[in-house]
Amino acid sequence: MINEILFMDGYGAYVWSAFIFTCLSFTSLYTITKVQYTREKKKFIAKFGTLESEKAAFAKSQTINKEILSNLSGI
Amino acid sequence: MFKYFQPNKIFSVTSRAPKYVFILFITVLSIGLVESLILSPEDYKQSHSVRIMYVHVPAAWITLGIFSSMTFLSIIGYIFKIRNFFLISKSLAPSGLVFNIIALVTGSIWGKPTWGTWWAWDARITSMLILGLFYIMYLIVWRIYEDDEKAFRMSSIITILGIINVPIIKYSVDWWNTLHQSSSINILAKSSIHSSMLLPLVIMTAAFALFSLLIFLMKYNTELIKIKNKGLDRL
Repeated sequence: MINEILFMDGYGAYVWSAFIFTCLSFTSLYTITKVQYTREKKKFIAKFGTLESEKAAFAKSQTINKEILSNLSGI
Repeated sequence: MFKYFQPNKIFSVTSRAPKYVFILFITVLSIGLVESLILSPEDYKQSHSVRIMYVHVPAAWITLGIFSSMTFLSIIGYIFKIRNFFLISKSLAPSGLVFNIIALVTGSIWGKPTWGTWWAWDARITSMLILGLFYIMYLIVWRIYEDDEKAFRMSSIITILGIINVPIIKYSVDWWNTLHQSSSINILAKSSIHSSMLLPLVIMTAAFALFSLLIFLMKYNTELIKIKNKGLDRL
């Protein structure tokens, strides 16, 4: 059973390499996108921290800024 | 109606959605992998190599779907001056390009045991490669133009030129003699694919669509935060 799944009558190398390539592409794209997202978010939080209290209060009054600061989603 | 597409209104949804989409994607992908690698039958002609279809075909469908959506969004965005449509289009492009590469590479891997060659300058394969070049040009435009207006205009031109290639890809197997087989699935007529192979294909397509949605959401949120970062600089 295991041998059949692995070797697939001689086609295993082709089938598995196609599936592995797809999985690697998915993982790479996900990782790159995640890194970019985290970097921008960190930049935003750092910039927000340097604002004077009045400007910070104004910026925080905008819904989207509040969402960015509050939503520390894992993904 | 377009006010519902304002970033301020949808960020609360797009920022929370990725984790749910991710869980759904992993679930559907797991079922799809079991179906396509273990449960689905081998083909009477192509034997087990037919399993490559379960990654190759969904990737090709999705890259075409994404490019068509990008063109639609760019045209509507340009006519009605909706900046957010360009943002959505820009966020779709990276997954579209990756699916294009997957379709080309897995097609090449499938070509070796089926046709005896990794590559042929055949109409379907070449037109698919051209689509990949349009994706690359589109992404480059957003990198080289600092001025948003120029980027909107140039990216719209690229999608409009690129969309001409989409029907060529679709009908290339009917218009020319190609190594590539003609379509086995037809929405308007009876499909020639057996249901035991159609099921894993549908599940894998759903998984790939969920992955592109996940990447789109993450990329869109990144773009919005980038805009807000610029906004903070101006305060």
